[in-house]
Amino acid sequence: MNKHVSPRMNRRAFVIGSTALGAGLAIGLDIPFGGPAVVRAADGSPEINAWVVIKPDDTVVIRVARSEMGQGSLTGLAQLVAEELECDWTKVTTEFPSPGQSVARKRVWGDFSTGGSRGIRTSQDYVRKGGATARMMLIQAAANDWKVPASECTAANSVITHSPSGKTTTYGKVAEAAAKLTPPADVKLKDPKDWKLIGKGVKRLDTPDKVVGATVYGIDVKLPGMLNAAIKDCPVTGGKLKSYDEAKIAGMKGVKKVVKVGDSAVAVVADTFWHAKTALDALPIVWDEGENKKVSSASIAKWLAEGLDGGQAYVGNSNGDVKTALAGAAKTVEAVYNYPYQNHATMEPMNATALYTADKCEVWCGTQNGEAAFAAVLEASELPADKCDVHKLMLGGGFGRRGQTDYVRQAVLIAKQMPGTPIKLLWTREEDMTHGRYHPITQCKMTAGFDADNNLTALHMRISGQSIQFTLRPDGLVNGMDPSTFQGLAPKGDASFGYSVPNLLIDHSMRNPHIIPGFWRGVNVNHNALYVECFMDELAHAVNQDPLEFRRKLMKNNPKNLAVLEAVAEKVGWGKPAPEGVYRGLAHFMGFGSYVAAAAEISVTDGTKVKVQRIIAATDPGYAVNPAQIDRQIAGSFVYGLSGLFFGGCTVKDGAIEQTNFDTYDSMRIAAMPKVESIVMPSGGFWGGVGEPTICVAGPAVLNAYFAATGKRIRSVPLRDQNITLV
Amino acid sequence: MANLTINGKSLTLDVEPDTPLLWAIRENAGLTGTKYGCGIAQCGACTVHMDGVATRSCGISVAEAEGKKITTIEGLGAGSTLHKVQEAWIAQDVPQCGYCQSGMIMAVAALLNDNPKPTDADIDEAITNICRCGTFQQVREAIHTIASA
Repeated sequence: MNKHVSPRMNRRAFVIGSTALGAGLAIGLDIPFGGPAVVRAADGSPEINAWVVIKPDDTVVIRVARSEMGQGSLTGLAQLVAEELECDWTKVTTEFPSPGQSVARKRVWGDFSTGGSRGIRTSQDYVRKGGATARMMLIQAAANDWKVPASECTAANSVITHSPSGKTTTYGKVAEAAAKLTPPADVKLKDPKDWKLIGKGVKRLDTPDKVVGATVYGIDVKLPGMLNAAIKDCPVTGGKLKSYDEAKIAGMKGVKKVVKVGDSAVAVVADTFWHAKTALDALPIVWDEGENKKVSSASIAKWLAEGLDGGQAYVGNSNGDVKTALAGAAKTVEAVYNYPYQNHATMEPMNATALYTADKCEVWCGTQNGEAAFAAVLEASELPADKCDVHKLMLGGGFGRRGQTDYVRQAVLIAKQMPGTPIKLLWTREEDMTHGRYHPITQCKMTAGFDADNNLTALHMRISGQSIQFTLRPDGLVNGMDPSTFQGLAPKGDASFGYSVPNLLIDHSMRNPHIIPGFWRGVNVNHNALYVECFMDELAHAVNQDPLEFRRKLMKNNPKNLAVLEAVAEKVGWGKPAPEGVYRGLAHFMGFGSYVAAAAEISVTDGTKVKVQRIIAATDPGYAVNPAQIDRQIAGSFVYGLSGLFFGGCTVKDGAIEQTNFDTYDSMRIAAMPKVESIVMPSGGFWGGVGEPTICVAGPAVLNAYFAATGKRIRSVPLRDQNITLV
Repeated sequence: MANLTINGKSLTLDVEPDTPLLWAIRENAGLTGTKYGCGIAQCGACTVHMDGVATRSCGISVAEAEGKKITTIEGLGAGSTLHKVQEAWIAQDVPQCGYCQSGMIMAVAALLNDNPKPTDADIDEAITNICRCGTFQQVREAIHTIASA
């Protein structure tokens, strides 16, 4: 399919192509590794291939197509290339290629999408081949120079050695010659047991700039003659901009122009952002909120509750006959849970800088999906692909939010109205909070049946609520069903259910309110894990069994799930007395190709103040490229997950999101940070993600510990709404 | 117009007196290491030092900052020599996305200036910056490493 992509393709074809890629349908990438015509980097240094540029001073520039938003895959992907390249790690630098360059070169860098914890696991094979191919060409160039067989030469640390003669040279010296060679057809990757750099917790490559304030995020872009824009979109999604009274802000300092953006937003363009924002705040705006104005959190909750019993539902996983088994059960247990909308609240609010001229449109921004941003530029500018590009910058957080391109589109629509002037569009925190792509809202009814011997014989899990794909990727629906709704609950695959129950039914009554959902770090495993793992704890107690032993009996067919669960249980001392006043809870799940588990230790004061003392967390991601960064992803995911659990709900009033800033949408501070002890236990043979999977087990582990501490079940998130706080 | 002293330099900036210091630093002085996060002094991404005191620059006006010594992340070290907090941040590999870290580093530098050997409780009280990536565990470890050096 990618062979169709060329700079001259029409705009629509690319938009469709990039959407299909987003659904994970990309196969057979046409990735040429070098060739007779030397391609040069901006400074004239030769590309050995698209992934590797070697400078005369031996500096190695590794191209990384995936975005860096804190998750560390910039460093991890460079490690993968460098492992096979056999280069000197201390000479490695990185560079983001642009989506426009990639399209012009037949998508030489493959997929740019950085979400779903896919950055490393779905590109590891071809980036390692990129490194290996470059190494072989560099060796061949040295061998040609020495007129010896390449098989007598080896490479290590950017130095090539001809063993019989003892001659040596460096990558920098042979790079020009290597770049002219035809790449080898047969490239063999190292056996994992021979890895030296992969698996090592090397330091991140992007840290030095970040500690001195030198890293350029989208918000920091400076271009000659640039103006700044502040924007207000209709507070109610689906509503329109009716009118605004520009005369009221005439003459305000720095204001250059007031522009309509699409049919729902208005922006003020000024010399500085502060002037733009000040004028926008003073601008009288009339909205036509439309029908959605009638929607509230209560009306959504009522609609979702109606989906918990009977009616049409998509079946995601089933075996046996749940209905009959429940009817004949000696004992049944039922519980209803819910999970709210949540905002990503990246520390850097959405922004993009666009420069539009009659025959060119360029955008500078942080994006999790360079090609989707590129497609948005094409669409908004109405220019062909060879007249557009996106320059990717570091992201001040992504968490799934920056996979969407609404802010890119807005920047281009504003810039189009001021040709030749670069426009930086920055959202205020308030705009960011109220125009998110929210964690989907769901409710869930769990029903279980036991036989007379307290064996679990039936489990029905009915989810009622929002589908992300319905709104964002309708082409990913299968006969109307959103398969990703069953993340962590599927019968097989990289997000499968970890238990075997004789009679099982997991189904989804899809109900899509107008609030736009999004991929929020962890996506659907956040609520699915909470529903399953809290209910498993309920079931264990219902039949007076230990929660670990109860699960163990259901996990005989899932040894990898069981291994991570047992690892955390052992380390936390499950089954042995906890310290005075400390209570424990367990959870495990599978998502994004990895197996994860957590054991939480908490203490509770007055039933309302929860101190999470310690969380033991295990992950089996198959291969661990950088264990030090995985450790940080695990600890960080709990900050995000527990912030959501305790503080994170976004509520709807008159069709709009009510929370507008961190004063009403709080986030964990250092005082509440638990001690996180990670267990990174890669079992090999598969590639799982690490940025997201662990986030989903913190919540249920803590809630199960809360039950152990208080005897009270919490089935509704966020805990803020029940006056329970994290201290 | 406002006369500000930022990182040892006297600057005359074309801003109204009620402009938040944050935007004068970013847009008028051109120092973008100091970040905008919330605009209501909640998150701490915009933390700078004002006469050595950690201050959320979105919450004070340039009029209030006149006559004070303002230090931003760009001026924390001495020339090309990093401040000990920046060094510790590299050694501990603290930042993830890094966006909040300018403010975090400035807050920690001020804490250590006042209290070279802070306890965990001291850290909890003084460091209230939001980090959505969740670097708190590394932040705490790095502070203790500096304190025990």
